[in-house]
Amino acid sequence: MSTEEKQLYAISVYTENNIGLLNRISAIFQRRHINIESLNTSPSEIDGVSKFTIVVNMNEVGIQKIIGQIEKQVEVIKAYYHTLDEIIYQIAGLFKIKSELLFEERQIQNIIKESNARIVTVNKEFFVLEKSGKKEEIVNLYNKLAPFGIMQYTRSGLIAVTKEEMKISTLLKTYNN
Amino acid sequence: METKTIKSIQNTTKSTIRISGSEAIVRCLIEEEVKIIYGYPGGAIMPVYDELYKFQDKIHHVLTRHEQGATHSAQGFARISGKVGVAIATSGPGATNLITGIADAQIDSTPMVCITGQVPSHLLGSDAFQETDIVGISTPVTKWNCQVTKAADIPAALAKAFYIAKSGRPGPVLVDITKDAQFEEFDFSYEKCTKVRSYNPVPKTDVSSVEAAAKVINNAKKPFIIWGQGVVLGEAEKELIALVEKAGIPAAWTILGASAIPTSHPLNVGMLGMHGNYAPNKLTNECDVLIAIGMRFDDRVTGDLNKYAKQAKVIHFEIDPAEISKNVKADIAVLGDAKASLTAILPLIKENSHTEWHQEFKDLYDIEYNKVIKNDIHPTKEGLTMGEVINEINIQSKGEAAIVTDVGQHQMIACRYADFNKTKSNITSGGLGTMGFGLPAAIGAKMAAPEREVVSISGDGGYQMTIQELGTIFQQKAAVKVVVLNNEFLGMVRQWQQLFFDKRYASTEMTNPNFVAIAEAYYLKARKVVKRADLKEAVKEMMESKEAYFLEVCVEKEGNVFPMVPSGASVADIRLE
Repeated sequence: MSTEEKQLYAISVYTENNIGLLNRISAIFQRRHINIESLNTSPSEIDGVSKFTIVVNMNEVGIQKIIGQIEKQVEVIKAYYHTLDEIIYQIAGLFKIKSELLFEERQIQNIIKESNARIVTVNKEFFVLEKSGKKEEIVNLYNKLAPFGIMQYTRSGLIAVTKEEMKISTLLKTYNN
Repeated sequence: METKTIKSIQNTTKSTIRISGSEAIVRCLIEEEVKIIYGYPGGAIMPVYDELYKFQDKIHHVLTRHEQGATHSAQGFARISGKVGVAIATSGPGATNLITGIADAQIDSTPMVCITGQVPSHLLGSDAFQETDIVGISTPVTKWNCQVTKAADIPAALAKAFYIAKSGRPGPVLVDITKDAQFEEFDFSYEKCTKVRSYNPVPKTDVSSVEAAAKVINNAKKPFIIWGQGVVLGEAEKELIALVEKAGIPAAWTILGASAIPTSHPLNVGMLGMHGNYAPNKLTNECDVLIAIGMRFDDRVTGDLNKYAKQAKVIHFEIDPAEISKNVKADIAVLGDAKASLTAILPLIKENSHTEWHQEFKDLYDIEYNKVIKNDIHPTKEGLTMGEVINEINIQSKGEAAIVTDVGQHQMIACRYADFNKTKSNITSGGLGTMGFGLPAAIGAKMAAPEREVVSISGDGGYQMTIQELGTIFQQKAAVKVVVLNNEFLGMVRQWQQLFFDKRYASTEMTNPNFVAIAEAYYLKARKVVKRADLKEAVKEMMESKEAYFLEVCVEKEGNVFPMVPSGASVADIRLE
């Protein structure tokens, strides 16, 4: 793919755990009118180090500049970018649906089974389905359930681990020396 | 009690004493060898002012007339001295008034620490009196910022602030300290910060990139050096001159790089950019190797990027990796501190003179001289020109003065024509283009370097944006020479209106007050010049004055600054008229 063509990239940012940092990082995208497709913050494999996973639709030249701006922030340890092929990722979807449909609409039970979705909870009024996977799988499930009526629907940000090694611990060691 | 506790700090920084957060703030400043700070008191910062009162023999607090003035003074202080400038203000409006100066320092990489008071921590987020989210507001324009709500966190936060402001590519930082943290007592000790684990201020210079750059430079037929403020900030002036002389390469500067090589140096071929010199702009598109040192290819320097130095191999010496290929693609990037990387490359460079290539610069200079420069500095027509005023200052100061400019036509003229013998002599607002910068920055510069002659040059527009700082000059007895080049217009905007908006002079004409009377109201010596015959004598009187002096020169109303690269045009399409 040429460096000019836009595609989805997952940016992984390893940072110090700091209150203001999200603001600093999101400002980098905002200033350049870059829409954040999804954003997730979590602890990382290293104690005291946080990880942002940001998905954007950009070309490679643009993403390299963005990575430079992100890494320039004092409390950012390192930022990487990957195409979706280069990572193992998951997105979670939650569906809240009327309980009566579970019994009245046979098809729903089949849809649940076929999609490998999991029933998180059931009560008299509603049940909640959870489906993790690629975005298309969740959208697919949504499309199948939508005709029956969905009370609430939400989808999480993308979280990912990379196929290649991320040498954050080594990097931190060199910084410390 | 005071002497005893100070002693205990000086003996060993590790020993602790029980003091308030506000006293700790002042002691941190003393530990960082800060002698002068600029600021304005108010409710949420009063405990700190109370301590400043006690420690006034150690730290001189300069009461500016507006918080914006405090930041610009701190910037002027930093720019002439290379040290960190410090500005202090209260919460709310005090803090927001710092923002213009902070944004200016951010884009011009000026080391500055700003300390703001904040409402007590239990009131945060409650829309309390003079509460504002200054950490949120200042985030995009600071290199780093933080809020402190516990006294015990003050020393580490300030130590980190000074380290980050000064190290690597410098910049402004802001530390916001709640009033309860200022009152709270704790066991104080101070340790300077020398490392932040996520922060790598100076990337390592890669030997292979230095070798690759040397090879390309040695084989170049028409090499051209363009340098920026990175040379000044990295104190690499000597190394740059050594490179320029050894390789015989013509060198031009960005506005913030001015004065790193004396203007009289034969290989200094002048200023780059929109109102820079003819030859360096034209020949940017003729050189075969473009060697950029500590500069960031700002749009005012490059014009249309699609028509910028496309024929040249680009070598970029730069401390900030994010600048590499940001605007202009670098064929070879030499990361690192300018002094270290220039020192590394110098032994690999072959001696050369590039006489013919240099002649091309001389020929174009002659064209510019005849078309523009001659008429600017030795005019024969009636009205006084800005250029002849700068020329007269050159003659009287012998090129030794630090020139502090504001923003607009006078700034371009001053930077084009001022003689600079010494580095750190051109102090101006480059990236942000902040009108009102000049006067307070000159105050800071004069106080940081009292032995130097500091001349503030402003237009009648920008001067009135921070004119109240005349009060600071008077109160501090700062011997700043204040020149206003009065054309009764917002001249640069008027020039654009003339050239690009069919002379529709929308809101650019100024009806001005009696500037001499205003200066005299602040008890300054003041003089106004309207005739060429009086200029020399007036500039002489100003330069010989031991105290502050105000000089208004009424210049031609509709003078234009040329050459000019029109906005969005190629540097090769620079216009002489």
